Amino acid sequence: MLARSATDLLRDLSVRKLSSVELTQAYLDQIKLYDGQVKAFLHVDPAAALARAKEIDDRRAAGKPMGKLGGLPVAIKDVICTKGQKTTCGSKMLENFVPPYDATVVKRLKEADAVLIGKTNMDEFAMGGSTENSAFFKTTNPWDKSRVPGGSSGGAAACLAASMAPLSIGTDTGGSIRQPAAFCGVTGLKPTYGRVSRYGLVAFASSLDQIGPMAATAEDAALLLEVLAGHDPLDSTSANIPTPEYTKSLSQPFQGLKLGLVKEHFGPGLDPEVEAAVREAVKVYQSLGATVKDISLPHSKYGIATYYIIAPSEASSNLARYDGVHYGYRTDEKQMLAELAAERKSLEAKQDEKGLKNLDTALIRLYRKTRAEGFGPEVKRRIMLGTYALSAGYADKYYLQALKVRRLIRSDYDAAFQEVDFIIGPTAPNPPFKIGEKSGDPLAMYLEDLYTVTANLAGIAGISIPCGLTSGKTTGSPLPIGLQIQARPFDEDRLLRAAAMFQRGTDWHTKRPNL
Amino acid sequence: MSLTRADVEKVSLLGRLRLGDAELDTMTEQMGRIVGYIEQLGELSTDNVQPMAHAQEMHNVFADDALGASLPRDAALANAPKKDAECYRVPAVLGE
Repeated sequence: MLARSATDLLRDLSVRKLSSVELTQAYLDQIKLYDGQVKAFLHVDPAAALARAKEIDDRRAAGKPMGKLGGLPVAIKDVICTKGQKTTCGSKMLENFVPPYDATVVKRLKEADAVLIGKTNMDEFAMGGSTENSAFFKTTNPWDKSRVPGGSSGGAAACLAASMAPLSIGTDTGGSIRQPAAFCGVTGLKPTYGRVSRYGLVAFASSLDQIGPMAATAEDAALLLEVLAGHDPLDSTSANIPTPEYTKSLSQPFQGLKLGLVKEHFGPGLDPEVEAAVREAVKVYQSLGATVKDISLPHSKYGIATYYIIAPSEASSNLARYDGVHYGYRTDEKQMLAELAAERKSLEAKQDEKGLKNLDTALIRLYRKTRAEGFGPEVKRRIMLGTYALSAGYADKYYLQALKVRRLIRSDYDAAFQEVDFIIGPTAPNPPFKIGEKSGDPLAMYLEDLYTVTANLAGIAGISIPCGLTSGKTTGSPLPIGLQIQARPFDEDRLLRAAAMFQRGTDWHTKRPNL
Repeated sequence: MSLTRADVEKVSLLGRLRLGDAELDTMTEQMGRIVGYIEQLGELSTDNVQPMAHAQEMHNVFADDALGASLPRDAALANAPKKDAECYRVPAVLGE
């Protein structure tokens, strides 16, 4: 049962061949059996999930109207607010934070009769590509537990690969849905900026963040996106345009499909097995009637540098709210005041006028100590980088220049989409790496995002779908490889069709690891 | 120009962080390498390029100026680490 797609399960639920209680119980059993090793979930409330499933079953039995997800369990990344349920963002700062309201996507999922099965682990405040930056524990890759699941939506992807949920919600600021989807062998869609409301999503970089569906297949992702997408007056950046019925158009064939291969995506640093699998996927499309041409995104090589100015700059501003006053962690105030008094006394004894002048006030010290203790190293690094890039004397050189290069990156895409319908290539330059392999080298970790960040900067849509497994010769066990397809803004319906077309011709999306 | 330890210490105050001695050393080294990498943007000529601050370039999104329910005070205060019946509590700011 757990190996079946969400769409398939929904069919059985809707004719009462299967109850939501049975299905939810099966996933809870799987979590109980395997999550001790995978560690995909931060919080699971079995009693609440089963009560909700029963309530949906009862309504269905009474012939009442049913929402689109009619009893299907959905896992939620722990950066999305759930009313009355902890939302930690993988941070000690929000370890005990209980949101007073639901995010718009959570409200929509509830209205669609989803069963919220649990909250998934992530890199702290969605900053990272391996889920090693969670303040609580590291999630492992179900295909090889010595390797990372990718990130920042690592728990969201790993729970799908380990068949602990049929549907999962992730967020993507620079590749955080697509890269873990590639690393875990599942399907993950980053919608166009503005397609899904960000209300109730804890902000990392507001001009880049986007919520999206993760699932086994493009068909399941289409089902989930139909529920998530749509205009929301509570998010002024959400697009006021109609939401297509993605599931309806999914099986329509394409005539004369034109695909672009970015020559800059096949340069040094690309793992040979990843390249071979992607080239094989291109052949699959050609056999299905697509034409393929080489294109160039000349500014894509500046993507990482641009992203690592803009994203930390926005983060440094967004994370200013964690002050130890309104909510979240706060340093021990008595101890802080005693330390400050001792420092003052010592400076006075030395008659150090400059030191006394520069000594923090109690409130500033409260902020600084709270944040020093509440944030982990990567979050601090990004706050520092962003603060630096926005500081007097550097804002034009770094931040303004990055915004201009962002325009050049977007213009490259606009020109490319004049020539082709979609851009295809690798999602990540390599298969999942070992836990700890890159954690001491932040720049090496940032370079993992090479193929994904430009979609966020340009605001376009992108999807990662499974397109192969490594042979295991160099990696020990076979590991998933992801194919990234990028599309014009708001072209998710055709993007999902292109992904579904590939999945009808291949079976990579059906592969699951031995747990 | 490379980033100095004093620069990093100054930025840590602006960013309301407090870094210990060892942390300052590591941060100076790591930020130095990252800033060295992002310096490559300087090689592009962008004189006639308009900055792009947002992916959807929308302007003036209006909402009706209508009264609605707001978050009740006890709900807004529920997560506060230190509070009284009506307010967030902070260390004394005046009279230092």
